[in-house]
Amino acid sequence: MGRFNEIKELRVENIVKRFPGVLATDHVSLTVGEHEILALVGENGAGKTTLMNIIMGLYQSDEGSMYINGEEVRFRSPNDAFDCGIGMVHQQYMLVPNMTVLENIALGMKECQKFAKVDLASVRKKVTEISTKYGLKVDPDAYIWQLAVGEQQRVELVKTLCLGAKFLILDEPTSALTPQETDELIALLSRMSKELSIIFISHKLNEVKALSQKVCILRHGAVVFEGNTKDYTPKEIAALMTGHEVETSANTEEPCEGKPALEIRDLCVKSDRDFLALDHFNLDVRQGEIVGLAGVSGNGQRELAQAINGLRRVESGSIRFFGTEISNMTPRQVIDLGMGYIPEERNIEGIVPSMSIKENMLLKDNETERFSKNHILKNKVIEKYTDDMREKFDIRSPNMFIAAGSLSGGNIQKVILAREIDRNPKFLVCVYPIRGLDMGAAEFIHKQLLALRNRGVGILLISEELEEIMNLSDRIAVICKGQNQKVLMRDEASTARLGILMAGVKEDE
Amino acid sequence: MNNYKLWYKVAVILAAIIVALFIGSVIIIAVGGNVVTTYWIILSMPFKNLRSICEVLTRMIPLMIIALGICVSSRCGINNIGAEGQMYMGVVASCAVAFATAGMPRMVAIPLCILAGAVAGGLYGFVPGFLKAKLEVSELLSTVMLNYVATQFYLFCIRVPLLDPQEKTGTPMSARLPDSASLHKFFRGASLHQGIILALALAVLVYILLFKTTWGYKMRAAGASSRAARYGGINVSKYLIIAMIISGACAGMAGSVELMGVQGRAMSGITSGYGFSGIVVALFGGLHPILVIPAAFCFGILLYSQVNLQILTAVPPNLVQTLQGAIILIIVSVQMVINNPYTEDRFRRRFFARAKREAR
Repeated sequence: MGRFNEIKELRVENIVKRFPGVLATDHVSLTVGEHEILALVGENGAGKTTLMNIIMGLYQSDEGSMYINGEEVRFRSPNDAFDCGIGMVHQQYMLVPNMTVLENIALGMKECQKFAKVDLASVRKKVTEISTKYGLKVDPDAYIWQLAVGEQQRVELVKTLCLGAKFLILDEPTSALTPQETDELIALLSRMSKELSIIFISHKLNEVKALSQKVCILRHGAVVFEGNTKDYTPKEIAALMTGHEVETSANTEEPCEGKPALEIRDLCVKSDRDFLALDHFNLDVRQGEIVGLAGVSGNGQRELAQAINGLRRVESGSIRFFGTEISNMTPRQVIDLGMGYIPEERNIEGIVPSMSIKENMLLKDNETERFSKNHILKNKVIEKYTDDMREKFDIRSPNMFIAAGSLSGGNIQKVILAREIDRNPKFLVCVYPIRGLDMGAAEFIHKQLLALRNRGVGILLISEELEEIMNLSDRIAVICKGQNQKVLMRDEASTARLGILMAGVKEDE
Repeated sequence: MNNYKLWYKVAVILAAIIVALFIGSVIIIAVGGNVVTTYWIILSMPFKNLRSICEVLTRMIPLMIIALGICVSSRCGINNIGAEGQMYMGVVASCAVAFATAGMPRMVAIPLCILAGAVAGGLYGFVPGFLKAKLEVSELLSTVMLNYVATQFYLFCIRVPLLDPQEKTGTPMSARLPDSASLHKFFRGASLHQGIILALALAVLVYILLFKTTWGYKMRAAGASSRAARYGGINVSKYLIIAMIISGACAGMAGSVELMGVQGRAMSGITSGYGFSGIVVALFGGLHPILVIPAAFCFGILLYSQVNLQILTAVPPNLVQTLQGAIILIIVSVQMVINNPYTEDRFRRRFFARAKREAR
């Protein structure tokens, strides 16, 4: 099977891909040798994923060529890439949740599908063979929906390897993992590199450092740097990636003793699948402090944010906001009390994607005297205001009339931030504020949050990036299975300690 | 560059028209008609004289009013397929009020009749809106089913309570409306009636409602992304119900106007399928209240040509319905093409590459 028995070298030359109005990759050339791990780093929108999709045959490049072992190849579809032994694990896992691991793997294996029948026995044999060879533990009979994110990723890896991949492409493989799972994955990948070549996309530089031999940095679609990883510090790589020195802002203020702003007692909330997502959850946030809530996503964070903002029914317990009981209020009532909310899914919840930037600025305040009179919108005032906000929050767009959904993630987040901060909230709930953003945008958002804190606003920062939480928070709470594990002061916290708490181990016992 | 974009859109639309004409030609040939004559009749007859233009405009009135209602509901994210039923309810209510107000001055009776139509249609639109908002019943199901209910209710009304007392043959229809409830014609011998004023005024009103008021803003936000709207503190269920009431009220008024301006009495088949054509008109007009006006005019031409084809050629008038179907498919395809930036970019690069080669 396959066109090549081994891949000694994969080389792409002068790859150009244009999207409407953008040059996604600009004459990119790179080479990966046998058993080599290349880290491909760059900010969001630098063209990393596009380049990989071209290598996989998902996109056709407009110019340029690709060689395996010096022989030119041209991929019209991912199947062609599989035939040559190249496999990719995408950022979003491509698994069918209500099928078993075995069935998911069988989906891609054409040689195991005869007429209408799938030969599951031979798939099972292959899966066992692969998982013992690489030390990848998977339960072939588990359903995908029963698996944790880290396990699903292993399934993706096994699936790709079962297709005969000798060359792996991993698109941000650690973005949804806990610190411990990340360490396991890195150990696993360096073991696997004895058999395979790997391209590894990431913007977490400590992982790049730990895993790769070579690093290649993309900026605005072009390769700006290539070198051996061991010769450079993460800081130098970060500077090359963004094009300037990166300073991370950190909270250095003394913990403040403000009045209590948000008091949550014994809160029970059900998830969409009808189990208790929050199980007697307790938390206090004072005015003028940032409380970071660390945890692996899916442990009740989403439900907590929704319950506070009136978007999810509270079964029992209480949420007091400056003394007022707000559980089971409508979203409008909560907003009117001065709550600000940066939601998890910025593209479909934080903005109305098909509406213009201008219209999105009004989402919460369209009935205020400032923007309307007798229900007629004050168009001129709104346009002036939007212009000011674009300037103040550095929202980069050709004009204010384009659909907000067409902006990049960072600019969408700035639109939301501008709206939420400029309405002078008394409190802000902030969910995964920098997920998927590049360093420049993330930095900007962190600065704004710290400024807000120093103005005396309390902030509940829900995040899975421990670095972000440890940099910004005054106090850190850890959520696991809907319960508050423990609250630590900033100087008591370490990645290892938080990681253990996030995994559900109670310290006191 | 912007010039290029405009030309690109024009080219796509022209291509779509050619495809539509081609599909139509194939069908005309298949039924043994003459392609050129048929198209000539469809396109030229409406402009022959004042009377024929009025015929087109008359058909445009109910189409437009219904399409305006569809604009509101669709922009709020609910598909109202029930305009046909809401229109029937409007006819019944207007008809009843017309007889009740007989003898009153026209300035009082006519607004009351139209209001009755709006209220009846609005209430009939409220039902699926409420079911959707509170119980998540699919509006596709409820509106279509309510159409059947309305049709049968209407037939009952014109057979029993509203039946013309002078009618001895048993044809189900009401008596002629009293003059106090009749919309007058503008020209002697031409069908155009005062309802067009209502239609044009409504277009402006719906435009203002949707794009200039906070209510319209909230409806559009709820329709474009209900999660974002809920997050922004908008009571999505409330605006969904309001949008359905407005949509139903429009369809009800279309019924009133058709009754009071054209037919003069309630009889079977009074809606002529306007409730469904109105949806197509709204889509053709890009769900924009002002663009609905030319869109309704185009469909007025098509509907009027049914009459001419019957008189002047051997081509069956049902051909027009087939053409309508082809047009719907083509509108949808054109929207896909125009809204796909990738296709546009590909064409742009081919276009400029060729221009460069030729310049050399």
